Amino acid sequence: MGESVKHLVNVFSSPTISFLTLFAIFFFIFPPTEWFAAINRRLGIYKLWTGKGGVFIFTVMITGHCLSLTDPNYRAIVLKPDNVPIVLLLFSTVFFLWLSMKQAYANDARLAQGLKPNEYEVPEKRKVLVWPDLVYTELIVMVLCMVGLLVWSIVLQAPLEEPADPSLTPNPSKAPWYFLALQEMLVYFDPWLAGVAFPTVIIVGLMAIPYIDTDRSTSGYFSFQNRKLFISLFLFGWLVLWVYMVIVGTFFRGPGWNFFGPFERWDPHKVAALNNVNLSEIIYVIALKQTLPDNVLVREIWGILLTSFYFMGIPPLLAKFRLKGFFERMGSMKYSWFMFLSLMALSLPIKMILRWSINLKYMIATPWFNI
Amino acid sequence: MAEEKKNKNPFKSVIWKSIFRVQVPQDRRGRMMQVLNNVFLHLHPVSIPKHAVKVKYTWCMGGLSFFVFLVLTVTGILLMFYYVPTTTRAYTDVIDLAETTPLGIMREIHRWGAHLMVITVWLHMFRVFMTGAYKPPREFNWAIGVILLTLTMLLSFTGYLLPWDQLAIWAITVGSNMAAATPLLGREGPGAALVSIGDINLVTPLSDAKYGLLGEREVRGGALLRFYVFHCIAFPVVIVVFMAVHFWRVRKDGGVSGPL
Repeated sequence: MGESVKHLVNVFSSPTISFLTLFAIFFFIFPPTEWFAAINRRLGIYKLWTGKGGVFIFTVMITGHCLSLTDPNYRAIVLKPDNVPIVLLLFSTVFFLWLSMKQAYANDARLAQGLKPNEYEVPEKRKVLVWPDLVYTELIVMVLCMVGLLVWSIVLQAPLEEPADPSLTPNPSKAPWYFLALQEMLVYFDPWLAGVAFPTVIIVGLMAIPYIDTDRSTSGYFSFQNRKLFISLFLFGWLVLWVYMVIVGTFFRGPGWNFFGPFERWDPHKVAALNNVNLSEIIYVIALKQTLPDNVLVREIWGILLTSFYFMGIPPLLAKFRLKGFFERMGSMKYSWFMFLSLMALSLPIKMILRWSINLKYMIATPWFNI
Repeated sequence: MAEEKKNKNPFKSVIWKSIFRVQVPQDRRGRMMQVLNNVFLHLHPVSIPKHAVKVKYTWCMGGLSFFVFLVLTVTGILLMFYYVPTTTRAYTDVIDLAETTPLGIMREIHRWGAHLMVITVWLHMFRVFMTGAYKPPREFNWAIGVILLTLTMLLSFTGYLLPWDQLAIWAITVGSNMAAATPLLGREGPGAALVSIGDINLVTPLSDAKYGLLGEREVRGGALLRFYVFHCIAFPVVIVVFMAVHFWRVRKDGGVSGPL
């Protein structure tokens, strides 16, 4: 019984299945549009963001974690001192997600009744003195944090591996855990994209958020209903494309950057047969049964056309038809930025799915750069 | 006799009064002066909205990030007394830190604190997003926050190399290989061959972005020194400047966010 459950979890954890499942259900849990929101309501998913929902989420997480600790392979990876912060990250992210969504739904209900949000105070009564109301909270939190950090430091010794040896490459070699989402992207993109272009777009994109989403009426309190598009997209980037990828990179990537389930032994001899092909080969060799053209431009024209259409064709088409109202509300500048950042974020799941379904290596493969 | 007794109360002595200008406040005015007259407390406003003192609203993550940064500064300075950033000394110094140095958990506090700071900074960003607190007029301060987030990760990244063990050198190798792939500026990046004058290629293993980061071709002693200086001096100085702007702008942009 236990073994078959473990085997099932191992299979399910593989990026192919777990990512696609997450991708499929994510927008029903955090609905970006009214269409998704209606299904969310019909299925009662919003009940996760209540006291009972919180008890449910944490019972499942803590029970699952504790039961799994009986497995030696799970223990080996989760209790590794350097991986403790990622377990902390996982639990604290889920907790604060629940806390913020609970307050957001409570405020939405108040707004629907024509009330002000919970954070609102009538102007005459709204202020309290910093001394003592704030400073004592700060003091308590600082003391608790320091105690926690001291206990953590006494219980767990900071790890130290063998002395640095430039001639001995460990397998796997991993970047620091907070960059593992980028290293995970290396599976699907070349280093200049995963290691340079994407981080740049992430930093610029984060900075651009307040210049795209400028609606002041939803500032300063937890809410979801009136901001669902932006919250949904942000959470998709933050939870799925970042936290999930960090967790996959830390816990599920073993020797050879092969995938290993949480209850699987890290076998250095595991071989994953990969035979990835470029888009040009799929079109010319497999579909048209020809040889590849010698001229690079002719060979790669389909990939170039598709990529250009993705970034330059889709936004105007959506603005003309599906997202007409949104485009008019946003204006062309904000709309273009919004679409560029969303399409960049979506390009990762698209590339992942193409890799898993048709073994796609590159959309565009030239001697100078590959996409 | 009565006068002598009074002088024995340390809270009323000349020295105490010279340090703490304000007595333990009993009234509203005194409590306001407590904040205004103290260099550390005056980062705060005198009064703030009720919802902003609730842990449920702020999660304390911004304040905690700053607090953990201070803990890291103190423990980091103590570590610098014992640690020499050379390939022959670094690793053995780190072992000595645990085995022979008094109060030998400074490295533990520093290492776990560094992980903790990355998490608290992420959660702070998460809270600010979920409350819509980045919206005008606070949009520029959000951008400063993104810079602080990047600097936090760079501080952690540069510190990662210093123990000079296998984990350190190979993690930084993985990271710095990304720099080699920078378009135009990295030796393996697309378009690197285009950056040239006549036949002379300007982007080589001795002049590209990876070399600029490490100070040499691969992660060796030069990179260790460079990361040490980045970690202990350059990035802390830069992050303190941005933090000052960040805190200043919180006040100038209208304090902790709240509904209109």
